[in-house]
Amino acid sequence: MQSRALEILVGLFVCLGVAAVFVLTFRVASLDSVGSGDGVYRVTASFENIGGLKPGSAVTLAGVKVGRVKSISIDPVSFNATVLLEMSNQYSTIPEDSNAKILTAGLLGEQYVGLEPGGAEESLREGSQIKLTQSALVLENLIGQFLSAQTEKKDDGLAQAIQSLADSLKPPAASAPAAP
Amino acid sequence: MNALTQVVGGFLAGLGRAQFFLVQLLFALPVSLLRPRLVIQQLYMVGALSLIIIVISGSFVGMVLALQAYHALVRFGAEDSLGVLNALVIVRELGPVVTALLFAGRAGSSLAAELGLMRATDQLSAMEMMAVDPVQRVAAPRFLAAVIAMPLLAAIFAVMAIGVAGGHAIGVELLGVDAGSYWGQIRASVVLEDIRNSLIKSTVFGVAVAWIAVYQGFHAAPTSEGVSRATTSTVVMSSLAILALDFILTAFMFG
Amino acid sequence: MSTDQPKTVPEPISDALVRARALRFAHGPRTIYDGVDIDIPRGKVTAIMGPSGTGKTTLLRLIGGQWRPAAGSVTFDGTDVHRLRRAELYSLRKRMGMLFQNGALLTDLSVFENVAFPLREHTRLPESMIRDLVLMKLQAVGLRGARDLYPEQLSGGMSRRVALARAIALDPAMVMYDEPFTGQDPISMGVLMRLIRSLNDALGLTSIVVSHDVEEVLSIADYAYVIAQGKVQVQGSPAEVREAASPWVQQFLRGEADGPVAFHYRAPPLHEDLLARGERA
Repeated sequence: MQSRALEILVGLFVCLGVAAVFVLTFRVASLDSVGSGDGVYRVTASFENIGGLKPGSAVTLAGVKVGRVKSISIDPVSFNATVLLEMSNQYSTIPEDSNAKILTAGLLGEQYVGLEPGGAEESLREGSQIKLTQSALVLENLIGQFLSAQTEKKDDGLAQAIQSLADSLKPPAASAPAAP
Repeated sequence: MNALTQVVGGFLAGLGRAQFFLVQLLFALPVSLLRPRLVIQQLYMVGALSLIIIVISGSFVGMVLALQAYHALVRFGAEDSLGVLNALVIVRELGPVVTALLFAGRAGSSLAAELGLMRATDQLSAMEMMAVDPVQRVAAPRFLAAVIAMPLLAAIFAVMAIGVAGGHAIGVELLGVDAGSYWGQIRASVVLEDIRNSLIKSTVFGVAVAWIAVYQGFHAAPTSEGVSRATTSTVVMSSLAILALDFILTAFMFG
Repeated sequence: MSTDQPKTVPEPISDALVRARALRFAHGPRTIYDGVDIDIPRGKVTAIMGPSGTGKTTLLRLIGGQWRPAAGSVTFDGTDVHRLRRAELYSLRKRMGMLFQNGALLTDLSVFENVAFPLREHTRLPESMIRDLVLMKLQAVGLRGARDLYPEQLSGGMSRRVALARAIALDPAMVMYDEPFTGQDPISMGVLMRLIRSLNDALGLTSIVVSHDVEEVLSIADYAYVIAQGKVQVQGSPAEVREAASPWVQQFLRGEADGPVAFHYRAPPLHEDLLARGERA
């Protein structure tokens, strides 16, 4: 029994409200986007092999997400992969000589870049390049190394090789991974 | 162009009218609670009479889910996780959603048809002229009964699907999954939060279906096409609302 | 259709239970009432007549406060119906009874429970007293023996009589009848006519009967209005109305096929139509 104009107005209000809920839902579903609040600064790192790293993969320090992979390209000179990282301005004191490794979340999870802080006084800034990097582990190479280690040392070579394989597949929060 | 503005205007006006109606319903709820017999009678019509379809559907959904999941899991040697998969999928998603869709089809359409027919035969007008508020006497008890019935039916659906006839029957009896691991894993992985979220979902769906069904029936055009249009609109709009709400709720709960 | 004004100005009704003044109401693009004055005399049977769709039922809904006029006022026993708040309007409605065209009985209740409905909703009378009242109302309409039947088991005429019993359950001051004679066989019609008249006199009611069954309603009415095209065409006692000067009213009252309301829908002359078809073929 309300006037039609009032009904249309309320209906419009409801439509806007529902649209707002949908927008909010999409933001929640895509999780927190890094840098949406404070802004970002960009940093590059060069890897021989990026494994399964993708744009949008996380960049972590001590297990905390501090940025994400913006883009990946090939350096035409060295034929290494140049990864562009977007770091949140919240974390602007990461030492310049930090180490960047490509790690796997869990056993079969997706890959991400894990940073280990160095000791330099200078911090990473817009345009900095991370010099110390460790590429992704490729399963075939590991098996190849394991088999060749087998043929070299008989005694605890097997145990050592299995140990290093197990260690390198663990997430970095555990012990420091041994070099393969 | 004029036709388009008419359609859009009509749609928005309908939304607005539904809002006003919801406010009327909410204000009428306390009064309905003072006459529990009306609500209980409607609870029987809307809830108890929907039991058969919910129980049977729950069994079938649980059985199919168990069959499909078993064949997927056995490839990884993970068939002992059947219970977990079944329980989580049913409790988090299929339970509330499928129950709500069935509820909309069975109880929602019957509510809309009944109210639409009362509108078409002037019974609601007659009540108004007898100084009885039809929203209080007729609409609010039905709304309340539907809102109460939905979570209960969803719970019964989940029980049937996971246990009794569904997953348990197929998984344990037919496919040889160990009963202990079936139920033990469920106990370990279905947490209170899942149950709480499931109840929230089914209650929200219940409110949506109840509101749409009662509104459509109450405001149906007083002709036979009006009643039939109200009934089909109820089922269609309820189904869409359930799926949209499911997306929103899932994103917030599990995103 | 011509709209002659009545030749004599009717004397104002001194004691009117319902007064509508300058009533204007539109339903979408159609104007239903265009500044209409209607008085319903107290204690009498008043007929409202007119062709289908003129808004006779609308008048009842305006009096009962279900619909709001665009302009003008409707007062019931001195109270402006549309200025009341909801609770007060509901209070006022307890003094009105309404008989809908198809009875509008509540289908999930028995005949007894239907008549008891207003008593149970609005009074705190004990069940024994309610039972007595219901039986007396049913006795008045001749259906006391049918009290345990359900509406689906009743014929159309019986439904209306039960609805009438329900309408007088609270002993209202006024009863409104919406097309009570439509579609009834002669016996049912006779029963209803007798009931309307006798209840009006026995209970001191004011009755408004909306109908286009001219002979039936004029035979029991004390006063009559003929409404068409949003205006009152003629008003007065049945005798005065029958002698109305307007040709349209005469065609309406006598049920003549042709007159101011033409038999033929507007069309070009017949020979033109026939010739045109011949040529195109």
